[in-house]
Amino acid sequence: MHLVYAAVLAALLFCVGLYGVLARRNAILVLMSVELMLNAVNLNLVAFDVWLRDTLHAGQALTLFTIAIAAAEIGIGLAIVLQVYRNRGTADVDRLRDLGEDAHRPDPDRADREEKAEAAA
Amino acid sequence: MTGTTVLAANAPGFLSPSGVEIAFLLVGIATLGAAVVTVTTKQLVHAALWLVMALGGLAVEYLLLTAEFIAWVQVLIYVGSVVVLLLFGLMLTKAPIGRSPDADSANRWPALGVAVAAAAALVWVVVDAFRTTWIDLRGAPQGSTKVSGEILFRHWVLPFEALSVLLLAALVGAIVLSRRKKEER
Repeated sequence: MHLVYAAVLAALLFCVGLYGVLARRNAILVLMSVELMLNAVNLNLVAFDVWLRDTLHAGQALTLFTIAIAAAEIGIGLAIVLQVYRNRGTADVDRLRDLGEDAHRPDPDRADREEKAEAAA
Repeated sequence: MTGTTVLAANAPGFLSPSGVEIAFLLVGIATLGAAVVTVTTKQLVHAALWLVMALGGLAVEYLLLTAEFIAWVQVLIYVGSVVVLLLFGLMLTKAPIGRSPDADSANRWPALGVAVAAAAALVWVVVDAFRTTWIDLRGAPQGSTKVSGEILFRHWVLPFEALSVLLLAALVGAIVLSRRKKEER
């Protein structure tokens, strides 16, 4: 089988994931796009491992490690997103601007947060 | 025992070489399409379900590349647990069930530009580099469970153990992060 098929598919999947990370608003959809990027890398690792017929099978071992690290990453990432949602009432990455530099801009989060605090009280 | 091993080593693959190539291409197109729908759909839950199709398609690609163990790990961990976690996350953050018009942020056109530029550069480099390279899929599977277990526990034991410590740390971290404080209860 031509190696280019696997390599091009991995490159295209990576770029689809890149678009998702940059264009999505919901933090959980951003995490999904990160998963796509990690999977593209895994496909590359497996394809090159099979092509090189590596005796140590470094590619496949690293793929297993990447899968485990991705599982850890998604667990921590979702915990952080849930915590942000609990504190701010939104999981929208565009509205988490507390560390931004433009102080003159009206802050939509604050109104939200106060609203949520009032609702909680 | 040895008889079956020899038989497995000499048996022809399930598909002919060109059959593998065609199947790889078709599954690749389906995978890519599912991935594109995942990052463009306006319905958040549907994005998670299309992600299942993309990850499952990748598992089939691993099978076609004779990396069987990785394929089943992919099905177990990604399709089985990561997508379920993502769906739980969507539900716990009260994601809208129907179409949400603000699923994409305002910078989607710059994002599209960046992604297309990256895709063009990567595909050009990769095609130019590996134009004349073929994978030889004949012979014994490259990633059967036996092979994977042997290399993992013979040559990669230390990273494996380090990874288990990392997973433990991630578990503890996730619990600590998502636990409610006492006064919030």
